[in-house]
Amino acid sequence: MQFGIFTVGDVTTDPTTGRTPTEAERIKAMVTIAQKAEEVGLDVFATGEHHNPPFVPSSPTTMLGYIAAKTDRLILSTSTTLITTNDPVKIAEDFAMLQHLADGRVDLMMGRGNTGPVYPWFGQDITKGVELAVENYALLRRLWREDVVDWQGKFRTPLRGFTSTPRPLDDVPPFVWHGSIRTPEIAEQAAYYGDGFFANHIFWPQSHFQRLIALYRNRFEHYGHGSADQAIVGLGGQVFMRKNSQDAVREFRPYFDNAPVYGHGPSLEDFTEMTPLTVGSPAQVIEKTLKFRDTFGDYQRQLFLMDHAGLPLKTVLEQLDLLGEEVVPVLRKEFDALRPAHVPAAPTHQSLKAAAELARSEQAIELTGAGSRS
Amino acid sequence: MTTFSVAVISAGLSQPSSTRLLADRLARATRGAVDARGDRVEFVDIELRELAHEITNNLLTGFPGPALQSAIDAVTSADAVIAVTPVFSASYSGLFKSFFDVLDPQALVGTPVLMAATGGSARHSLVLDFALRPLFSYLKAAPVPTGVFAATADFGADDAGRSLSGRVQQAGRELAAMLTAGGGRDPLEKEFDLAPAPSRVAGRAVRESDPFDALVPFEELLAR
Repeated sequence: MQFGIFTVGDVTTDPTTGRTPTEAERIKAMVTIAQKAEEVGLDVFATGEHHNPPFVPSSPTTMLGYIAAKTDRLILSTSTTLITTNDPVKIAEDFAMLQHLADGRVDLMMGRGNTGPVYPWFGQDITKGVELAVENYALLRRLWREDVVDWQGKFRTPLRGFTSTPRPLDDVPPFVWHGSIRTPEIAEQAAYYGDGFFANHIFWPQSHFQRLIALYRNRFEHYGHGSADQAIVGLGGQVFMRKNSQDAVREFRPYFDNAPVYGHGPSLEDFTEMTPLTVGSPAQVIEKTLKFRDTFGDYQRQLFLMDHAGLPLKTVLEQLDLLGEEVVPVLRKEFDALRPAHVPAAPTHQSLKAAAELARSEQAIELTGAGSRS
Repeated sequence: MTTFSVAVISAGLSQPSSTRLLADRLARATRGAVDARGDRVEFVDIELRELAHEITNNLLTGFPGPALQSAIDAVTSADAVIAVTPVFSASYSGLFKSFFDVLDPQALVGTPVLMAATGGSARHSLVLDFALRPLFSYLKAAPVPTGVFAATADFGADDAGRSLSGRVQQAGRELAAMLTAGGGRDPLEKEFDLAPAPSRVAGRAVRESDPFDALVPFEELLAR
């Protein structure tokens, strides 16, 4: 099972000091947080993509390329890459380039974004969101899998004899997750291709996501990629920890009360009751995260949102220490013990490369067999 | 004999409120008219004052708390709705509107609605047709022809009071007629069937439809 963190990349005022980081400070802080994630033994760092203030990460592969040079093991990912408004050709090129620089430590999560005006800013129509996600992703897959592409669609200028460069590392395209919080069509898309499905359930009650994930699992099986419980599921999480749970609540409350997403709304107590947010001791975080498995089944990737609501970098790094030292080792052990043998781990570059080699050699054996019979 | 479920929504703020008082009178009139037709009615009272915090929280977080979820479920599954608001600043109250803002836009499709409002004087009475009726038109509900406005003076024993009682009875009869008419036999329902707008029976199908049931297989999505 993979554990990691995902960041929105928001520039938010610390409500306890009134201080707002500069864009430069926030961007460097994200890099520091990613390096810390590797240092404490996490597997994944994922960055959001945004094209409006107060968010800084408009250019994910620039940031991830830099982090790739500063890390050795960390898988670099996105949360999410806008499949609707980015040119699929540019996504194909940027992430293949990143694969080479990062020695394959790359995957990505497709999303449709949550800021309406991004569509018109990039010349697209928001009412065509699902159609854009379907057509652009179908093209992206071909660009990574076919050396020469002839293509014509509804949303992008046609391609004639086009080769996306560089080719994916080892001819193995990056693994793709599809993120959605409400759209059955996206779960269907992920199932159709046998890709991963990521449900970022951190701001919503879990009941809402059970059907979405069940749909993805059933359709994954329907399309012949394996049994429903072998589908590749990722979940979000959001925590604030101190050794003593009362200290966690006291310290986090002003950040919660003023948070951009849910602040000035429900109480911290109500929100932790209704959503996956945990504010408390590492033991409480472990307990609540293990319950995700009861709700959604065995899953492959758990990402936590740690640098949010204006928390200062120093605090975030302390949180990552707790996550890496006290929470994730226990979760790894518990989840591994509970997982049946036939449930796979999340695909990585190495596992996909091995699978491709195996398929090629099996094909070769079949061809030889056919030759000897004739 | 059929038992109909009617959600009675009151946005009154004081305790007791004249808005609640009017809602109760409308409920009684509806019960009398439904009984007279040989059917029964059960009411679910929804006091928006008690849900005010959860309604605001839903606007901020995008999901309802448990008490608000129950109220939303009751309204969505009701056979009819009685909706009563005080007049604030020339319109329905903000709390009243906020409740309909957190309802699914499909929640009231085809649902008969008895609209009513309270205010200090009869000068506000057109709020029914300038504010409430457009809201329920947008939601594709089926408001009964008679809306009931009660000014403070209407609660007195003089002519105004008798006039209010008459309007309450009239509105109750109209709601009962729409309820017991079922799918498309009432003259009003016929109009609905002819128009592209869904009838009450079709409305129920829309309200209870589920995007998961209408899933388009991916090959079809790709071919679009």
